[in-house]
Amino acid sequence: MGQIKLNQVTKSFGDVQVIPPLDLTIEDGEFTVFVGPSGCGKSTLLRLIAGLEDITSGHIDIDGSDATNVPPAKRGLAMVFQSYALYPHMSVRKNIAFPMKMAGVPEDEQKRRIDAAAKALNLTDYIDRKPGQLSGGQRQRVAIGRAIVREPSAFLFDEPLSNLDAALRVGMRLEISELHKRLATTMIYVTHDQVEAMTMADKIVVLRAGFIEQVGSPLELYHTPRNEFVAGFIGSPKMNLIKGTEAQKHGAATIGIRPEHTDVSKTEGMWKGRVGVAEHLGSDTFIHVHDTGLETGPDDLFTVRITGDIQAKHGDDIYLTPQLDKLHKFDAQGLRVD
Amino acid sequence: MATQHSRSAARIMMAPAVVLLLGWMLIPLIMTLIFSFKKYLPMRGGDLGWVGFENYVRFVSSSAFWPSVSATLIIVGGVLAITIVFGILLAILLNQPMWGQGVVRILVIAPFFVMPTVSALVWKNMFMDPTNGLFAHLWRFFGAEPVSWLSEASLPSIVLIVSWQWLPFATLILLTAIQSLDSEQLEAAEMDGAPPLKRFAFITLPHLSRAVTIVLLIQTIFLLAIFAEIFVTTGGAFGTRTLTYLIFQRVLESQNIGLGSAGGVYAIILANIVAIFLMRIVGKNLDA
Ligand SMILES: Nc1ncnc2c1ncn2[C@@H]1O[C@H](COP(=O)(O)OP(=O)(O)OP(=O)(O)O)[C@@H](O)[C@H]1O
Ligand SMILES: [Mg+2]
Repeated sequence: MGQIKLNQVTKSFGDVQVIPPLDLTIEDGEFTVFVGPSGCGKSTLLRLIAGLEDITSGHIDIDGSDATNVPPAKRGLAMVFQSYALYPHMSVRKNIAFPMKMAGVPEDEQKRRIDAAAKALNLTDYIDRKPGQLSGGQRQRVAIGRAIVREPSAFLFDEPLSNLDAALRVGMRLEISELHKRLATTMIYVTHDQVEAMTMADKIVVLRAGFIEQVGSPLELYHTPRNEFVAGFIGSPKMNLIKGTEAQKHGAATIGIRPEHTDVSKTEGMWKGRVGVAEHLGSDTFIHVHDTGLETGPDDLFTVRITGDIQAKHGDDIYLTPQLDKLHKFDAQGLRVD
Repeated sequence: MATQHSRSAARIMMAPAVVLLLGWMLIPLIMTLIFSFKKYLPMRGGDLGWVGFENYVRFVSSSAFWPSVSATLIIVGGVLAITIVFGILLAILLNQPMWGQGVVRILVIAPFFVMPTVSALVWKNMFMDPTNGLFAHLWRFFGAEPVSWLSEASLPSIVLIVSWQWLPFATLILLTAIQSLDSEQLEAAEMDGAPPLKRFAFITLPHLSRAVTIVLLIQTIFLLAIFAEIFVTTGGAFGTRTLTYLIFQRVLESQNIGLGSAGGVYAIILANIVAIFLMRIVGKNLDA
C-alpha cells in the first residue's frame, strides 16, 4: 500500500509562499516524477510529504489516513537524499541495518534483509567498508539499500543521480526502474533531468513556482502539453515557439513545433534561414537555424533535429518545413487550443 | 610550483625560524638536564659539582612527590571531563537558532580572554571568599554555614576555576564541529526512526569524536602546566600542589636548582606518557 494524497497543501517560509494551495494524488505503486526549473519547490514538496518540513495549511493523507501531524519516522516512507546522507562512521552493513535497529527488527531478520538487499544491489563485496571508501555509484546503492530494508510503503528520491557521471547515471536509472518493477512500491522521484523524467515515470508532475502546470504520463505531456510552459519544458531540444504573423496564420497567439517535427531541405521549403551551429551526435543532428523571420525570440533562432547526418555548413541557406499535423497551438494566455 | 629552485629557496628562508625554535627548545632542555645532575644551590654556595642521580632519587622519595602527581592527574582529569561534557551541551545549545545568538556566543567565549591570574583572583575573592564571597552570601541566605572553599574543598575549587577558563575553548571547537555536521544525515536518521537522543548518540557524537580528540590533546598539554591559578589561590597548600608547583617550590622557595631540574625531567616524562597514552586511545579517531 502506498497511496499519497495532498489536499490544499501550502508551505510558506516566513512571508514567502513557496507552495500555493496544491492538490495531488499519487496512486499506489505509481512511479511519479516531479520536474520543474530550479527553485520551483520540488524538494520542498518532497520534504513536506516526508514530514521533514511542517506544512503551513492543508493536509496529507497516506493510505487513506491523515498523516499531516505524523512524525517522519511513523509515515512509513523512506527517502534517498541527493548527498546520499550515509552515516560516515558506520560500515555499509551498519548503515543498512540502522533503520531496522531503530525499529527493533530481530537480528536474524536484519541479517536476512541486509543480505538480500546487498545481493540485489551488488554490494556484497563492499559490505564491510565505510562509505568514504566507496565510489559515488556504490554510495548511491547503499543509500537505496538502506531505504529498501525498511520495506516502506513509498520511496522518496531527491535528485539521487545528480552527483554521478553520465554513464553511471544511465546504469542507475535502469536499476531504479528495475527495482520499481520488482517491488511495485510507490516511488516519488525529483529530478530536473528530462531524460530521467521521460524514461522512468508513470506520471510526471510539472511544477512552476510551486504551481502544478500539468500532471500526466510522459507521452501525454509530450504530445498534448497543456500550456506553453510545459511545451517548452518537456522535450529536448526544446520546442520552437513561434509568435506573430506566422502564428496568426494558424489562428493562434503562439504556435509550437518540435525540432524533430520539422523537415529540412537545402533547396525548398516553407521557411528560409541560415545555418548557425550544427551539432552532430552521429545518430541525429541538431541544427540551430538563424534569421528565420519567425518570431521565436532573439535572432529568430529555430532548432531542428534530423536523424542521420546532413552536410550543412555554418552560414549556408537552409529551408524548413513543419509537419503541420504536429503543430501545437496556444492562445494569448499560453493555454493550449485544439 | 615546487621546482628544485623554489624548494631550496624555501629551505634557506625557513632556516632562521627553524634554528631559532630549535635553540629555544633545546637550550633550556639541555640546561635542565645538566642542572639535574648537579648540586646547585644559588644562595648556599652555588655550583657544588656533579652528584649523579642523587637529585632524581631525592625528588621521588620526597613525601610530596606522589601526592603532587595525583593532584596533577585529578585536576587534569576533572577539567577535561567537565569541559568536554559541558562543552558538548553548550555547543548544541548555541547551535540552536535563538534570539540574541551572536551576543550569547560572545558571552560564552569571554572567559577565555581573561588572564588566568585575574580569573583566579576574581573567583577567590568574589565567589569563594568565606565571608564576602557570593557563595557565602548564598549559603547564608539558605541558612547554611558558608564553606571556605579553597581550604575545605581545595581541589574541586581549582578544578572549577580552571574548567571555567577552558570551557569556552572546548565549546568553540565543538561548536564548529557541530556546525559542520551535514543536516541531511540527521534528517536521514530521523526518517530511519531514530528519536532525538539516539540521533545524538549515533550521529552527532561520532561526528564530534575528532573534535573531542583535539580538545583532549590540546587541553591536556596546557593543563599539565597550570600554575597561576594555584599560585594566587591556595599557594600550593591543602593538597593542591601539582607537579609543576612542586618544581617551582623546589627551585625558588628551597633554592635548589638541581632538585627542581630533576623534577622538571620527571614532568617531561609524565607529559610524554600522558600524551602517548592519549594518542593511543584517540589516535584511531584521527586517521579514520
Ligand atoms: N528553509 C528555507 N527557508 C526559506 N526559503 C526556502 C527554504 N528552503 C527552500 N526555500 C525556498 O523555496 C523555494 C523552493 O526550494 P526547493 O529547494 O524546493 O527548490 P527545488 O525545486 O528543489 O530546486 P532545485 O532543483 O534547485 O533543487 C526556493 O525559492 C527556495 O529559495
Ligand atoms: Mg531540490
